[in-house]
Amino acid sequence: MSSSVTTAELYPAPPDGAVAGLPRLLAGVHEQCALTLTEHLSVHGQLPLVGGGGRSRSRSRAAKLFEEVEGSGLCGCGGGGFPTATKLRSVAGARGRPVVVVNAVEAEPPSSKDRTLLELAPHLVLDGAVLAAEALRADEAIVAVGEHAGASAASVYAAIEERTGRGEYGRIGLTLVSVGGGYVTGQESALIAGLEGREALPTFTPPLPFERGLRRRPTLVNNAETLAHLALIGRLGARWYRGLGTSAHPGSALVTLSGPVAYPGVYEIEAGASLCSLIDAAGGTTTGVRGVLTGGYAGSWAPAAAIDELELSRDRLAAAGGAFGAGIVLLLSSETCPVAETARLARWLAGQSARQCGPCMFGLDAIAEAISGIAAGAREQASDRRLQTLAALTAGRGACAHPDGAVRVIASALRAFAADFEDHRRAGPCELCASADELPLPLRAAGHSGARP
Amino acid sequence: MSVSLATAGPSVLWYLTRATGAVSLVLLTGSLVLGVADVRRLSTERWPRFIIDSLHRSVSLLALVFLGVHILTSVLDSYASISLVNAIVPFTGSYRPLWLGLGAVSFDLMLAVVITSLLKGRIGYRGWRAVHWLAYASWPLALVHGLGTGSDVNGAWLLVLSVVCGLAVAAAVLSRVLSGWPAGATGRRVGLAATAAFAIFLLAWLPAGPLGSEWARRSGTPSSLLGHSTTTTTNSSATTR
Amino acid sequence: MSHRVEVNPITCEAHGICAELLPERVSLDEWGYPIVDGRPLHGSELEHARRAARACPTLALIVARERARSRAS
Repeated sequence: MSSSVTTAELYPAPPDGAVAGLPRLLAGVHEQCALTLTEHLSVHGQLPLVGGGGRSRSRSRAAKLFEEVEGSGLCGCGGGGFPTATKLRSVAGARGRPVVVVNAVEAEPPSSKDRTLLELAPHLVLDGAVLAAEALRADEAIVAVGEHAGASAASVYAAIEERTGRGEYGRIGLTLVSVGGGYVTGQESALIAGLEGREALPTFTPPLPFERGLRRRPTLVNNAETLAHLALIGRLGARWYRGLGTSAHPGSALVTLSGPVAYPGVYEIEAGASLCSLIDAAGGTTTGVRGVLTGGYAGSWAPAAAIDELELSRDRLAAAGGAFGAGIVLLLSSETCPVAETARLARWLAGQSARQCGPCMFGLDAIAEAISGIAAGAREQASDRRLQTLAALTAGRGACAHPDGAVRVIASALRAFAADFEDHRRAGPCELCASADELPLPLRAAGHSGARP
Repeated sequence: MSVSLATAGPSVLWYLTRATGAVSLVLLTGSLVLGVADVRRLSTERWPRFIIDSLHRSVSLLALVFLGVHILTSVLDSYASISLVNAIVPFTGSYRPLWLGLGAVSFDLMLAVVITSLLKGRIGYRGWRAVHWLAYASWPLALVHGLGTGSDVNGAWLLVLSVVCGLAVAAAVLSRVLSGWPAGATGRRVGLAATAAFAIFLLAWLPAGPLGSEWARRSGTPSSLLGHSTTTTTNSSATTR
Repeated sequence: MSHRVEVNPITCEAHGICAELLPERVSLDEWGYPIVDGRPLHGSELEHARRAARACPTLALIVARERARSRAS
């Protein structure tokens, strides 16, 4: 096995001595290119088979796998945090032949963990997909990437080609599909719509995808990282998995750290590690920090003062009013204005609405306008009460969780930067407002129609 | 010239056919206008949304009932030998086949619209909506049918009625287009263009057609009936039998 | 077995007929979209709810049985 170049970019150097057991997902990876199948197998060993043999044998092996997954406490890594064992069992119990979808769309701009995982260790993700497919008696697994996924798509494609030749991995049909669309494309029902050739927009549920999803079949939609963890649990078991992490959030996790640090990028951490230790591993901050966004654009802001307390696991961040989401940790530097950034974010989130549901469409537009008005110190400004009303009217009344997430992240910004918002209400824009462009907010390349009154 | 009930001339059924036809036109017009009010969400305190919507459905059903009578009387009447098949399958039949046939097309479209509406729960909103647009095709066909087949065009009442209904529909369509429905600009342009084209067609056709000379013969009335027609200027009182 | 009223927010086009026919459970927000009280329906409310569901032009109002819908993540 070729020795991998250890850089801080790939996995953290813990300050208090080695954390035994890390890296897991990123074990043995090269700096620039993917592990070949042979290399992958020499790092992780063979993938235990679930399918094959008699029907009853494969069924009991599948049941054993589900038990291990349940015991491991693995939850979805795409932001929802839903218990993976429950999802697997729901699909297994539904009628019809299931299909597995690997969700690597990663439509959240500040996140790049899924891309990185696919670029460096595609076979681990594919192992997980194959394992799940065999346990569910599915015969195909589809890897879905976003339309701008250049290197990661190429990496997956090459990995699939490698496997097609090898008999024991060739049983499950693996396909790579790229799905176009905006922020909501990663949502389960939207992704399925996109895979079926329709516009990638959320649909009204029920029925949920596990019951009736792609081509009306029970569909397992899992984030790429989740399946990578699954591939390791299948080999090493639940007890090993729980050797790291907290009891509510066991194992390791990939996080994307961005902002004013020396080495921003994707890190594999032990769940529950402190934010400070992550920042240290990334070479420390390069400027002052105003606050931190955890969980992505449906997550939560915390002011700089809270950074020392934050620990990066689902339970501990939630307890602190934050969110783990898809492992996004975004530091906001002191060289930008948090109010202006929030206004930008609010406008962007409004623009990313699928515009299918009135309350989301109108509510997010109204909120964006209100925040922009406050940021500009306009004469007519929305009161706090008005903002609360808008939040109540917008959240929870759409077909998907986009408006809920948007309301949540904006409300958290209003709390975390309350003093700055007050200043802007009174005095208007500050000198940092005009140049505020730290939050990555790409324009949607091909917008979808959906102008509904 | 005289026509009597005893001869092979217009009977009670014939008058009923014309009357129910006219009433159907009025009801269809009303249905269309209410439909536009519905989609534009117009309402007042006395006429809330659910009333407008419900009225639209009721008037449509009533129109269908009158249409049913209209077809029945025209078939039962022996004057012009129109069969039930002629009434539903367009352009068959010997009596003014083109103009009657337009009525049959209009009726068929109406049937599609009403049946899909009654089965809305089964076919879902999108399927229902796609078929419902046919209503806009059904109405002009009904109007032209009435002007082309009817024997009363020279008499003022049908003409006035048609003009009033036509203006009402034009106003409704314009009101819809100008307020931004349908959302796609092409749809709106099509709506405006079609309305204008239809109006021009009527202005050109009416004087040359139904209001012109020898319309009964030109429109395809069988020659056996021509002597008894009341619209031609050939005031022939010769009985043919 | 209890029933409750639900709205399919994608199909809803803010006609507002539901709020007229079932004011006990549906009110309209400032943009004309329904705010639904999802508590179980009792007695004659169920009849009114069914009528409102039939009257909805886009069939967005639904009278659903017991299980409250959950959202896909």
